[in-house]
Amino acid sequence: MSQKLLEVEGLTTGFRARGSQVVKVLRNVSLSMERGETLGLVGESGCGKTTFGMTLLGHLRPGGKVLAGTARFEGVDLFDLPPDELAELRGRRVAVIPQSASSALTPTMRVGEQIAEVLTLHLGLAGARLQARVLELLTQVHLPQVEALARRYPHELSGGQLQRVAVAMALAGEPELLVLDEPTTGLDVTTQAHILDLLREIQETTATAMLYISHDIGAIARVCDRLAVMYAGEIVEDGAIRDLFADPAHPYTRGLLGSAPRLSVAGLPQAMAGRPPAPGEERPGCAFAPRCAFADETCTTIDPALEPRDRHAETPHLVHCHHWRRVVASEDAGKRRALKTGAQQEREPEPLLELAEVDITYARRGLAALLRRWRGEPEPPTTVSRFSITIHRGETVALVGESGSGKSTIARAIAGLMPPRAGHIRFGGQALASEVQSRPAQTQRKVQIIFQNPDASLNPRHTVKQILDAPLRLYFDMDGKSRLERSGALLEEARLTPRYLERHPGQMSGGEKQRVAVARAFAAEPDLVLCDEVTSALDVSVQAAVLELLAGLQAQRGVAYLFISHDLAVVRAIADRVAVLYQGRICEVGPVADIYAPPYHPYTETLLAAAPEPMPGARAQLLAKDVQEAEPPARGCCFQRRCPRRIGAICDNETPPSQRAAEGHVIRCHVPLEELRESQATLISPADIPTRERLAAASPK
Amino acid sequence: MRSLLAAPMRLAQFLRRFGYIWRSLRRSRQGTIGLAIVIVHLFIAVASPYIVPYAHHDIDGKNRLAAPSVEHPFGTDSFGRDLFTRVLLGGRAAIGVALLAAAIAVLWGGLLGILLAFIGGRVDEVVMRLVDALLAIPGLLVVLLIVVALGTGFSVLILTLGYAYGVSTIRVARGAALGFVASDFITAARARGERKTNIVLRELIPNLLDVLLVEYVMRASWALTAISSLSYLGFGIAPPTPDWGRMVFENQVMLAISPWGTLFPVFALASLIIGINLAGDALSKAIGLDRTREAPT
Repeated sequence: MSQKLLEVEGLTTGFRARGSQVVKVLRNVSLSMERGETLGLVGESGCGKTTFGMTLLGHLRPGGKVLAGTARFEGVDLFDLPPDELAELRGRRVAVIPQSASSALTPTMRVGEQIAEVLTLHLGLAGARLQARVLELLTQVHLPQVEALARRYPHELSGGQLQRVAVAMALAGEPELLVLDEPTTGLDVTTQAHILDLLREIQETTATAMLYISHDIGAIARVCDRLAVMYAGEIVEDGAIRDLFADPAHPYTRGLLGSAPRLSVAGLPQAMAGRPPAPGEERPGCAFAPRCAFADETCTTIDPALEPRDRHAETPHLVHCHHWRRVVASEDAGKRRALKTGAQQEREPEPLLELAEVDITYARRGLAALLRRWRGEPEPPTTVSRFSITIHRGETVALVGESGSGKSTIARAIAGLMPPRAGHIRFGGQALASEVQSRPAQTQRKVQIIFQNPDASLNPRHTVKQILDAPLRLYFDMDGKSRLERSGALLEEARLTPRYLERHPGQMSGGEKQRVAVARAFAAEPDLVLCDEVTSALDVSVQAAVLELLAGLQAQRGVAYLFISHDLAVVRAIADRVAVLYQGRICEVGPVADIYAPPYHPYTETLLAAAPEPMPGARAQLLAKDVQEAEPPARGCCFQRRCPRRIGAICDNETPPSQRAAEGHVIRCHVPLEELRESQATLISPADIPTRERLAAASPK
Repeated sequence: MRSLLAAPMRLAQFLRRFGYIWRSLRRSRQGTIGLAIVIVHLFIAVASPYIVPYAHHDIDGKNRLAAPSVEHPFGTDSFGRDLFTRVLLGGRAAIGVALLAAAIAVLWGGLLGILLAFIGGRVDEVVMRLVDALLAIPGLLVVLLIVVALGTGFSVLILTLGYAYGVSTIRVARGAALGFVASDFITAARARGERKTNIVLRELIPNLLDVLLVEYVMRASWALTAISSLSYLGFGIAPPTPDWGRMVFENQVMLAISPWGTLFPVFALASLIIGINLAGDALSKAIGLDRTREAPT
């Protein structure tokens, strides 16, 4: 049977908008998959990735239509199937692993029953065989204590466990094709590494083919053999993942690769200009032309074909570009720009913000605390404990850690929204009041905060003008006209035009909204900006642009950043110094270059090993279990329960010493530095990244 | 100069926002029908004194309990009063009372609810339990009690209904506001050092205006039903002012002989309430969609 598993040919789908205009979602998509193949599908949000994934289930959104082309699964057109055969196909032969398992699983049903449902429906299993198969599936995805786990409800499981249950459920029908729609987005790096590892294992042990949809090139590189790049509903490049990484031929692929921050390379990634066309925005020629540096007149008139680079190649590498030869011949993208100018680093550092031995807790005080003491219950461990750090003027200090590590709590304490239980915060040499209302207006002005999600941090009912006006009105004695002028200037500094003044947040893209949020923070002319995961809700291309904006503003204004992130690659790109946080306790702190080289704190090592560096074939070195800890341990090292380098009871009982590895580089660990240094390999090295030359050298001929 | 310009600019902005609501309201057929009915009723309420053929107390002694004719399009009642005149005039008082009562209810109940959500903590807890207690007593019973005690005047009716519906508005407004008080833009305003009154007025309330608008429309419809019920029972709008509820009471004994005196007021009242509800449903649907996502103008 030489027939391909999946053959999509010239598929164009769309829906009829009001009036008679047809809005195309997928355009002329041709893509095929062999049995057991793993194909990655990458692209910015809004490029039709999920829509394509859903068409493989024969599903179109309400109102959607196939306008041209076919999608054949084992030779049968998916859109010709009668409803009962389609129902048989879904879940049985093609299964989906959704992005958020917590919303895809039914909250009122035990997870075991939900898997059993699939087995009964599609395979007709019942009784003891059914139960046995459920447990077998749960074991296959490496869940612990499967009997007990099968009886739990979704809310009783952690995010990583839920995702495993979703994988088990998808595998239940023994499908020929798995569609994975951003299966690890929103998970912590260590959890993500475990899920990716599981997927790779499934790929190796079963005959299931996988379509892995993600915006995260690093995650795709871990799992997939082949990569397809989608832009504006079109496949723009398709080939073996090694080839695409080493020698991308489409400018869009280059842009995506170049804008992803790397663990192994310091400096800012290169931002890509523009944004994908909105649905219904039709133009003649190549859809990417407006954003493309190589575009000429041909590109704006004639739509290129998806053609092979080399007709005789063993693994076809298809490109949708008129000028791919010129693109390939040009200098490689992905050059990093040096972040800091020399002048800035030479300046004598003046401490701006000092946190000393700060404890923060969400535990209730007053009556609740008295009651607790009367009952003889122990004091709950503090969320953030004995946290000390100094941020100098003009410096970027990054706070890194998984969710629940207390990063945002610290930012809230500095912003005066969450008073610490103990410790001191000094700002500009003076004690900082713990409540924002009791700070003098000038101090309020000097500390600003930017949030993760601009959808939530910008008032949806305000225009950009009103949003930028708020800090100006509050902190400066300016009349309406000069405030308006200032708002326009701020927008231009954030690389938006004053046209945006009249818009509502809902009328802007995610990147534009975050720029407005940045402009609002800078309207106050602050000395310190607290950036709380400011790029995590954005596409990589947009993320690079926002990072560039932040770095540029810092160079101009000399502000200091407290940059909170879970993404070690982003931190590497922008930070001067890094503090690694686990359960509200600092594990390691030091200059950025020292953090990314041994010796590491075992937790830092775990994070680095788990982080998906865009590097084909790279596998995570799984150093720590992905357990979610609700509370930090009462004594000893905060990382004791998960530490891969635990040395014994000392870790459980004694607070680890602060070991100085270098100037300003402190590791809090019981393991001697020498031992750490010897046993820890350099986890990340630029030498591992494939380039054209290395690829040529590695090939047999 | 600035302050002179600020007010009309804000008004323009306000109107533009409601322009979006208007358009999406018009897009739904039910909404358009409801709106048309309401507009016809409001027009009649305003214009009826100038268009009715008789005075509401004019008696045509020769034509008692008459069926509809050219002279009396809706017929006459047992006194020989023209029903067409009385039906056209019969909504004025009730509609006026309902609109004012609903305005009072949404104003105080809405504001209190928003404040409670914003303040939170013990104050919220205590006041909400009090609200629960008040809500446990059937609304019409409370209104009847007050009206019986204080007598039936327009101001008593308006204030009583305004109070009764305000209590339940507290709940709705608080619930809607709770969704916003924890959001990042409020946190951002707090972190900026914005004053509390400013946070409530500038950041919170603009997000709740549409909820309050729907609330207003629905409360007005209920208030109308309540007033008509009161009038029917004799505690609402007092004669000689014509009123639909009272007319139903006056003419129901003659239902078998001459149904017109009952049917026309009932039809008038029912059509208005159906109209308001259709428009109200479409309005809340229109608001459910985020208008600010419409293309920039």
